[in-house]
Parts: sequence; C-alpha cells; structure tokens
Amino acid sequence: MILQTQHLYKHFDGVKAVDHLSISFEKGKITGVIGPNGSGKSTLINLLTGFIPFDSGEVIIAHTHHFTKVKCSDVAGYGLTRTFQDVRLFEQMPVLDNVLVVLTERSVFGALFEKHGKFHLAKAEEVLTRVGLFEKRHALARNLSYGQRKLLEIARVLAMNPEVIFFDEPFAGLFPEMRKVVVSVMQELKRQGKTQILVEHNMELIRELSDRCVVLDSGELLAEGEPSHVLAKREVIEAYLGE
Amino acid sequence: MEYLIHLAILVSIYAILALSLNLAVGYAGILSVTHAAFFGIGAYATAILSTRYDVNFFLALVVGAALTAVASFLIGAVLSRFRGDFVALGSVGFNMIVWSILLNWQELTRGPLGIPGIGRPELGIWNIEYSFSSNFSFLLLALCFLLLVYLAARFIERSSFGRVLKAIREDEEALEVFGYKALHYKLAIFTIGAMLASVAGALFAAYITFIDPSTFTINESIFILSAIILGGLASNKGAVIGAVVLILLPELLRFVGFPSDIAAQTRQAVYGLMLIVLMLYRPQGLVGEYKL
Repeated sequence: MILQTQHLYKHFDGVKAVDHLSISFEKGKITGVIGPNGSGKSTLINLLTGFIPFDSGEVIIAHTHHFTKVKCSDVAGYGLTRTFQDVRLFEQMPVLDNVLVVLTERSVFGALFEKHGKFHLAKAEEVLTRVGLFEKRHALARNLSYGQRKLLEIARVLAMNPEVIFFDEPFAGLFPEMRKVVVSVMQELKRQGKTQILVEHNMELIRELSDRCVVLDSGELLAEGEPSHVLAKREVIEAYLGE
Repeated sequence: MEYLIHLAILVSIYAILALSLNLAVGYAGILSVTHAAFFGIGAYATAILSTRYDVNFFLALVVGAALTAVASFLIGAVLSRFRGDFVALGSVGFNMIVWSILLNWQELTRGPLGIPGIGRPELGIWNIEYSFSSNFSFLLLALCFLLLVYLAARFIERSSFGRVLKAIREDEEALEVFGYKALHYKLAIFTIGAMLASVAGALFAAYITFIDPSTFTINESIFILSAIILGGLASNKGAVIGAVVLILLPELLRFVGFPSDIAAQTRQAVYGLMLIVLMLYRPQGLVGEYKL
C-alpha cells in the first residue's frame, strides 16, 4: 500500500462528508473511486491533498509517514499531486509557462537563479506534445477550449512526475479523441508504476482502466474490489439508482 | 531647463516606486496599499542618519533598505494571514500606523516639523570626491538607480521566480499542489519591493532636502498604485509609463491656465477619470497584459 486512510472523518455543518473512512490505494495500480453525487469522492481527494483539513483520523503514506494534518504544499514532497474537477489553470499565463512552473526549483533562491532553463523547456515541450497541446504552447491558458484545459492540467501533472496522482473526473466534457489521449496517458503512467486514483462517473472507463474500485456512499465505504464484481453488486446499483 | 530636470528627477523617483510596487501587486497579486510607508522609512532613515550622525548618503540608503526589509517582512507576515480584499484593507492600516509613528515620534522624526537640511549625496572613492549638489548631477544619479531597479525588476520577471509569482497571482492554492510554499515567495517579493521603495525614499529625501510625514500618507500609496494600474500591471514598462504620465499630467494642466488651487483639484479629478475610463475600456492598462 502506498497510501492509506484510517478512520478519516470530515463533516460540514453537521453533514458527514467522509465518515470514518479506512481505505488503501495500492502502489502502481489504478483505483477507481465511484459513488453518487455528494458521496464524498472529491472531498476525499481534497482531504488527502491538504485542500481542506480533516476533523479526525489519519493519512499514511508509504507505511512510514503518518499524518493527522495534511498540508497542501507538503504532500507534493511525498510525490502526490492532483487534477481538479473544475479545472484550475494559471489563466493569464501561456500554456508553456503553466507547465514550466511545475518544473521550477521550489525554493525562493533556487527559483531566482534557476540554471536548468533549456532542460526544463525541452521537458515542458515534451509533455505538451504528449497531450497534443504543443501548437498551443504560446496561447494563454484562458483562451483554451474546455477539453484543452483538461489536457493542460494533465500535462502539468506529467511534468511533475509524481508517484501518486489523483484524477478528479478527468474525462468529463472531453471529445472522444481527447479521451483517447487521457486513457493512453493513464495507461502509460501505470506501466511506469505510478499509483493513480481515478474519480469518474463513466462506468465503462472505470471498467476499462481500473484495477480496483472503491464505492463511496454518504462518505462511507460501500464496496471495494475488482471493478466488474463491485459494479454488479446490488447495493452499488441501488446507491446509484436510489432504489 | 532646471524645471525639466526637476520633473525628470521626480519621474525617476516615482518610476522606482512604481516598479517596486509592481513586483508585489502586478506579478504576485498582493494588493498592497502601504508602499508609501516603505518610501517613508527609506526617506526618514536617510534624513536622520545624514543630518544627525553625518552618515554618507549611500551608507544611509543601505541602512534604510535594511530597516525597511525588517519592517516589510513583519508587515508581510501579518498580511499573509489575510485573503483577497482584506490584504488591501490590512495594508492601509499599516500605512496609517507608519505615518502615525512618523508624525508622533517627535524625538526621532521631529513630527510635523519635518527634517530640514538633508544633504545631497557625496561620493568618495580613492581620493576622488564628488558631490551630486547640482540638479543635473542628481538627475544622473537618479537615472542610474532607476536603471538598476528596472534591470532588477526585469531579471525577477524573466526568472523562474517571476513565473512562480505570476502563478501565485493566478491561483495560489493550485500552485501549492505542486509543492510550492507560496508564503515564502510572497514574503520575499514583498520585502524586495519594499527595499526598492526605500531607495526611492532616500533619493527623495536627498533631492528635496526636507521631508515631513505629509508625503507618506495613504494618498501617496494610492497614487503609486494608480501609476501601475494606469501603465499596466505586471509590466515594467507600464510601471515607468504610468509614473511618467501621472507626474507630468498635472504639469500639463498648469499650461491650460487654471489657477493653482483649481488645478490641484482638477488634477485629482483627471486622475480619477483616467482610471475609470481605463477600467472600462482597457483594464490591462496602457501597455499591460494582465487584467485585474
């Protein structure tokens, strides 16, 4: 296990968003996280990446690092990063700079006297080519189409070369050609041994990509296991259809 | 000619102020309305050190920059607790605090009486001594400082550090996902900008040879902020152009023939009108790219 939660709990104004959740994500696998709207999928990602603090419980990274509090800027140091359900780009910066910024030295002095300009430029252009945005590299991020914005977010993730990636509905609103790009990127990341957590509503994509699947409902773990088995379970179908 | 030199010196000093504020506001998106405080700390440090302790201008300038660095770091650390528009409100508060100190700590600053008799800069290297006592020589000195500050701002803008600042301006939280501690960057650029403003303060004190707290009010901070919005946020050229326009505009009004008291009022109205028109039709300023 590369990432685990133990009794993770978060409530908003009395509503349990994540309710004492204990789950684990296996290294090198794609884990699909599904559940009806409001089941706590995005909240889980927000908790694990430090976007919102959890009330209680624990996050364990690589068996050894135990966190009762997760800071956004710290988790990246453990090789975790994410995409967003509502894409968050650096809107008034060129596409190329959106990627280059991920490659920059993290310390203030390191960034001020950066010495790897050409290497980073080549890397940024490589990942933009990978997602089909090389031709758009000088365009401002805000001028991209919705699908291109999603792809740019994925390019940023690729540039960082993380160990664990949370994809929050990366296929939503994508044209079929763009979907193919994202599918191929995820498969390539899997071959590289990266751990991926995929929040997605499209069950076909979950079946196609996931090695394992966890189902959330009202912040609780409803089911987990191999996707075809999990998706056939009566309680999962009921949770989705509200029966 | 002396009149033109006088204007050019003022333009140089205010261009330094605009460039330095642009680092924090334009690039990092820290909406600071306290720049006049740092301008004032630099000016008062130079004035006090040179008139009371006979310290050379250039040494006083360095000491002033160091004092400003400490003050701005502390102010920046507090402001980092605020989000969005509250940063601007908090920074106004700090400008008022610094102004009140300048006004009321009379043993040090002489309060409303101000500090007169500030000497012009003198340079002594290897038996060569030079005094920037004429306005023309002072203009050359001010232009040298302006060039240095411009080059520093350009270096920062083009560095990876500058790119990170812009990303912070765009979406600080999204940047932190990639392991950046935005606070460190914001504190660094806020402090650097403040130190450069203190350089402008030192030049101002040495040029006018008299300072009092009335120069370092919130109005002055708003004036500098107006210059960079007018010229274009996140543009070094824009900052300089904004300073040129705002310093020279009232001088043009003089030639229209208004009485001086009415000209002063008209100037404020024209500033306001220009900003409103810009916000409506060109929110990125005269030569800027970044939209508020």
